[in-house]
Amino acid sequence: MTDKPKIPAIELKQLLFFYQAGGWQLSLPELTLQSGQHLFVRGASGSGKTTLLNLLCGITKPVSGELNVNGQPLHTLSSRARDNLRAKHIGVVFQQLNLIPYLSVMDNALLSNHFAGIQKSEVQPRATTLLNRLGLSPELWHQAATTLSVGQQQRVAIARALLPKPTLLIADEPTSALDSDNRDTFMRLMLAEADSNGCTVIFVSHDQSLMQYFNSYLDMQQLAQGVKPC
Amino acid sequence: MLMKLARLSLWNRRGTVLMTWLSLTISIALLLGIDHLRTEAKSSFTSTVSGTDLIVGARSGQLNLLLYSVFRIGNATANISWPSYQRILKHPQIDWSIPISLGDSHRGYRVMGTSDDYFNFYRYANSQPLKLAEGKVFSGVFETVLGAEVAQKLGYRIGEQISLSHGVGEVSFSQHKDKPFTVVGILARTGTPVDQTVHVKLEAIEAIHLDWQQGAPIPGRQLTAEQALAADLTPKSITAFMVGLKSRMATFTVQRQINEYKQEPLTAILPGVALAELWQMLGMVENLLLLISLLVLLAALVGMITTLLASMKERQREMAILRATGAHPWYLFVLIQLEVQIVTLLSMLSAAALLFVSLFVLQDKLAAEFGLFISLQIIKLNTLYWAGGVMVLSAVLATIPGIIAYRKALADGLTIRL
Repeated sequence: MTDKPKIPAIELKQLLFFYQAGGWQLSLPELTLQSGQHLFVRGASGSGKTTLLNLLCGITKPVSGELNVNGQPLHTLSSRARDNLRAKHIGVVFQQLNLIPYLSVMDNALLSNHFAGIQKSEVQPRATTLLNRLGLSPELWHQAATTLSVGQQQRVAIARALLPKPTLLIADEPTSALDSDNRDTFMRLMLAEADSNGCTVIFVSHDQSLMQYFNSYLDMQQLAQGVKPC
Repeated sequence: MLMKLARLSLWNRRGTVLMTWLSLTISIALLLGIDHLRTEAKSSFTSTVSGTDLIVGARSGQLNLLLYSVFRIGNATANISWPSYQRILKHPQIDWSIPISLGDSHRGYRVMGTSDDYFNFYRYANSQPLKLAEGKVFSGVFETVLGAEVAQKLGYRIGEQISLSHGVGEVSFSQHKDKPFTVVGILARTGTPVDQTVHVKLEAIEAIHLDWQQGAPIPGRQLTAEQALAADLTPKSITAFMVGLKSRMATFTVQRQINEYKQEPLTAILPGVALAELWQMLGMVENLLLLISLLVLLAALVGMITTLLASMKERQREMAILRATGAHPWYLFVLIQLEVQIVTLLSMLSAAALLFVSLFVLQDKLAAEFGLFISLQIIKLNTLYWAGGVMVLSAVLATIPGIIAYRKALADGLTIRL
């Protein structure tokens, strides 16, 4: 997918979303992200960050406008097709508590492959390399996810998000529960892995000190006014 | 994977799941148990007499006649005179008959005077004849054949001497002590009131009452057993008799003719019809029991759904992760359904095991105390219907948390509300 640079990873035009007509609304005139681009989105809570992420990964559908992810028109796809697209092309890392507590580390990492319909045996080798590269040693793989430290759990989340070779990695304040040492390690690992997969990253945070890792920056306020990322 | 998720998720919440499983097991066992006892009791009940076309007694209600002639419950209001009995037997349609003479007892067990024909023609369950476990059929006047339970409970062996009491109470003040009986045979267990009966010849009933009048010994007129044997022992009356007809087609005709018999007011009943009527009365009670056990089951299922609903809050994170990795909301719905079905299915299996073990333990007691013969065969077509019904009911109830999971998945999206 990354071999076709002509298709932008994300392309949205005149996107409009609201829960109730006349109430709060999110309006995004234009945004284009080339594949491999890393975007830092900064926004205070209540600025519509979560809504934007829900739109980008196809959980919610825009009221009007266009939203193409990897050339696929998310605004016209059925909810099942959007779920399918998310399983195959979009990886998500949350703030914290990214893992299903009763599954092992390995099963957590393999979760999206299940929904993408890929055989476990196909991805297992890749999963082991990925987990190793993220500094998760083999003896942790079959432990319950909850026995790991928060930093380790977040790294398992990266492995899970990147395992299906997604086009897009969406991270929603994934470092907020980490201390500063862990945070730097996490950021470097995440972006390095994303790069080696040719994956576009959208990173949402209110922590401006993390901006240094990114080549483009966007403020929710600017986004709503239709400014192109600089 | 779906199965693995459901299994591990249940294991993760094993505390509440265990309690749910326990309450479901008990209520399903209760439901299946009551249903099983009901059908077993009915078959045990309706199999008390078979192959008999008519039961004839003095004029009374059909239930009363059925109860005292077959179940040895209650008493006859009047007797049938011996000449009338002999005259009716001459009816061309009548193949065989079993005379029954009641009124005495032995330590709480009813004594029944009858003839050899009883052992030849009486049938129970699926036309099974009576079989002797030990000894032989009585031939002498002062000989008796005991029902299986009488012999077992009182510990009687062949050759033992017993004496009968006048009346049917457990404690009797008037005994027929002067004319003891010898146990010559013990019947095999039948699971019917036959097991609780002491059988003697009709002539024996006559013999022990020779020196009695109006229910009391005649003062100053004591006959020894030998003297009694020398007397004319033709019965003056009997309590009732069972009739087998040559052709079943004639049943209603013969019944009508007996009911219209001029010389004496008589009642002839069809045992099958009377049993059905009696069962219908008892049926009210067992239907009520069934209803109660259904409500208990419903309460247990609602309890399961309640715990599921309570757990939905702590499972939001799990649901959001599944959604983020590409699960469709339907997947979450199916996951919840699957969890419910696993718990229900496990509960049903353990309920069946529980029921089997309890029946195994209680079987003898039920047989001894209530004369109920309950088989251990608990898996029947009916059980499968119940099992299917329980599964459907739990599936219907599980749609509530299922739909909540589905809707929350759509509304919350990727947010994890802590």
